[in-house]
Amino acid sequence: MMTRNETVIISSPHLHAVTSINHVMTRVIYALIPGILLSAWFFGSGVLIQSLLAVLFALCAEALMLYLREKPLRLFLFDGSAVVTALLFALCLSPYTPVWVNFTGICFAIIVAKHLYGGIGYNMFNPAMAGYVFVLLCFPVNMTTWPLPAGITDQQATLLQILSIIFTGPSSLENFDSLSGATTLGWTKSQLSGMFMITEIRNSPLFGSFAGKGTEWIAVAWLCGGIWLLIQRIIKWEMPVFFIGTVFLISLLFYWYDSSIYLSPVLTLFTGGIMLATFFIITDPVTASATPRGRIIYVIGIGLLTYIIRTWSAYPDGVAFAVLLMNAVVPLVDNYTRPRVFGEIKHG
Amino acid sequence: MNRELYPFPGGLQIPPHKELSNAKTSLITPLPDSIILPLQQHIGTPAVPLVKTGDKVLKGQIIARADGYVSVPVHASTSGKIIDIGNYTVPDPLGLKAPCIVIEPDGDDVWFEIKPTHDYASIDPKDLQDVIREAGIVGLGGAGFPAHVKLREGTESAVDTLIINAVECEPFISCDDRLIREKPGYIVNGTRMIRHAIQAKYCVIALEADMPEAYAALKELIDDDIDLIQLPVKYPQGGERQLIKVLTGMEVPSGGLPIHMGIVMHNAATAAAAYRAVIRGEPLISRYVTVSGEVNDPRNLQVLLGTPVKHCADQCGYEDKEGQAIILGGPMMGMYVNNMHMPVIKTTNCVLVTSTYNKSPEMPCIRCGQCVDVCPEKLLPQQLFWHAHAKNYDRLREYHLFDCIECGCCSFVCPSNIRLVQYYRKAKRQITQDEQTRSGADHARERFIARNARLAREEQTQNNELLAGSDIGELDKQAFIQAAVERTRAKRAQLGKQENSDDDQE
Repeated sequence: MMTRNETVIISSPHLHAVTSINHVMTRVIYALIPGILLSAWFFGSGVLIQSLLAVLFALCAEALMLYLREKPLRLFLFDGSAVVTALLFALCLSPYTPVWVNFTGICFAIIVAKHLYGGIGYNMFNPAMAGYVFVLLCFPVNMTTWPLPAGITDQQATLLQILSIIFTGPSSLENFDSLSGATTLGWTKSQLSGMFMITEIRNSPLFGSFAGKGTEWIAVAWLCGGIWLLIQRIIKWEMPVFFIGTVFLISLLFYWYDSSIYLSPVLTLFTGGIMLATFFIITDPVTASATPRGRIIYVIGIGLLTYIIRTWSAYPDGVAFAVLLMNAVVPLVDNYTRPRVFGEIKHG
Repeated sequence: MNRELYPFPGGLQIPPHKELSNAKTSLITPLPDSIILPLQQHIGTPAVPLVKTGDKVLKGQIIARADGYVSVPVHASTSGKIIDIGNYTVPDPLGLKAPCIVIEPDGDDVWFEIKPTHDYASIDPKDLQDVIREAGIVGLGGAGFPAHVKLREGTESAVDTLIINAVECEPFISCDDRLIREKPGYIVNGTRMIRHAIQAKYCVIALEADMPEAYAALKELIDDDIDLIQLPVKYPQGGERQLIKVLTGMEVPSGGLPIHMGIVMHNAATAAAAYRAVIRGEPLISRYVTVSGEVNDPRNLQVLLGTPVKHCADQCGYEDKEGQAIILGGPMMGMYVNNMHMPVIKTTNCVLVTSTYNKSPEMPCIRCGQCVDVCPEKLLPQQLFWHAHAKNYDRLREYHLFDCIECGCCSFVCPSNIRLVQYYRKAKRQITQDEQTRSGADHARERFIARNARLAREEQTQNNELLAGSDIGELDKQAFIQAAVERTRAKRAQLGKQENSDDDQE
């Protein structure tokens, strides 16, 4: 007759679904791959270099913090969360971003936004967005100079040129100006302030068939990856649907009001970071509201703030700010959106 | 009969694994070397032994009587000699020992005198409850709540619907399925008898769609008097509150009881045992037990209560292998035990041998909210987890911790592998303990206040008696005091004079 481990008390349930944090994070990474490859196609290998650097820095920072916090290294380092943070951060960066900016942003994301708040599950703010906003506020010039997408110029930066821009700075390259330019949204913003009409701005080669040149297809790739995540039940449909719905409705409203200075809903949705945010950033469960109704309020808030910041602030895009602002009100939202318990009679 | 169904919130589709054990006819387990009968196999007060070591007992004889209202007697499962009354390992999550009566079977299996009744309808519902109680019948679905208590509640208030629960929603378990297939008459007649006992207007037997043979067997025996309903498979549909919602659309109020809504629910096996007890006079001394999982011949057994779990497993080709866990009950709500010495008791429905139990390490909560989606009580498992972690018991109450039915859905889907139910159990236990301590302290405080009040009262009475003794009425109290004061003054004045005169004399 056997005697099993006497000290262990195992509590029911004894069955467990085939799932883990690693399982979730791996799927998020898979869903990102098509968009990353397409970005590299349009904006050059700088995208891949930024991603690799960010992942490397993130794993180092994560390992350091786990060591300092005396947490089991293997269990947490390979849960995939640091890699997801790094990729999302790198995808917000210009492929020409200097290496030290990348490094600073990742350090802020992993060390301050994630581990100083208690590590995975305890962080209040989305680490990738916190890291991005940190470097955006500190080093605005480095953050807003983008390569021109393929199809506009014949002049594509070579791998060597890209490496030299990233590691030694843009001044090392004589023809840097011909290789870089504004983003579609940045261009639109500056032209609008110059009293141009959308119809005129729309004629710029920076625009493609329905949104930004190149970026429109990358946005479609995020959309496809997101739909796959929905099918895999990694993310909940309510969040993307209500977020897109909010942005669509508010942009439609202003577009109807004056289509000469407000972007159309399609243009709004498929430019900037909205599609990436829809499926990969606002859906981050740790920093989103935890109640079913709260999640809807949360994404509607992000949608409204994104549109407001984009349209009336000095920044061309506002997703990152909107996410961080809504992150801050999550505890409040959670508290007021408790669902009715089964059999509970609501009073009042 | 078609009936509208109302799906309950949350829940899961879990691979049922019933096919392992439900196809084979049940086996009557041979007599073990010893029968160990715990005095407590039910919720309530433990039974009190009526025998002593060395006594000879017969099968079906009461060997321990019920103690109080929420309690039932224990019967000898076979004839033999009492060889010990003492503490033995019982099915308990902490592996604790509890008082048991141990019988050494003589092998003859001779029945004690039994009193069959041929027509339950002629018995007064109230007397029927006593028969059922004396037969030691408890809820056989898992909780083990004495059946007569529910019947009594049923006779005391008007019952609209009697629900017989044959929804065996836990994976692997098929003992009710087998019982229904093999003894459908007991189920149907037992249902009718309970209906008579509580005078219910409507009567429903509910089972899940993965029990077609059991459905057919019942269908053949019932008339229009009973609704037989097949439900789509979903865990935990067999939960009392969940099943009531599915069948009636009504939600049992948080902290309320089904009887307040005119509903009484009994498990199918309970109905069969009650019928057997009345018609054949046989008390509850055996039950169907599923032995499944990693054994060579998974199947159902008819087991005498008190038979060691190991003896049951041996009948099904159990081999002790490294890394296997033994679970009493199903994989979702059953209890892990670290040996097989304990006996099968009234509530043991399954012995599961498995090596695929959850062993992964726990990670921090990532607030993914999957637990919220699957909770059949619409609780917020992750918030409960936070507050349980922080030992914030007021918040736990606010978040309805005590509505948790411990079905395990939340833990099942948790990507961080958090043993949520374990935290809730611990918190519930702690809160209950604290409450007991507090009520003890409150009691002491009340006694102290009462004592002070009594002392004050006694003192008052003594004073009054004193006053009464000096023949002065209440109204003359002031005068009395005045007089006393004056007397003292006079005395003092006199003393003073004396002193003065003494001085003069010097």
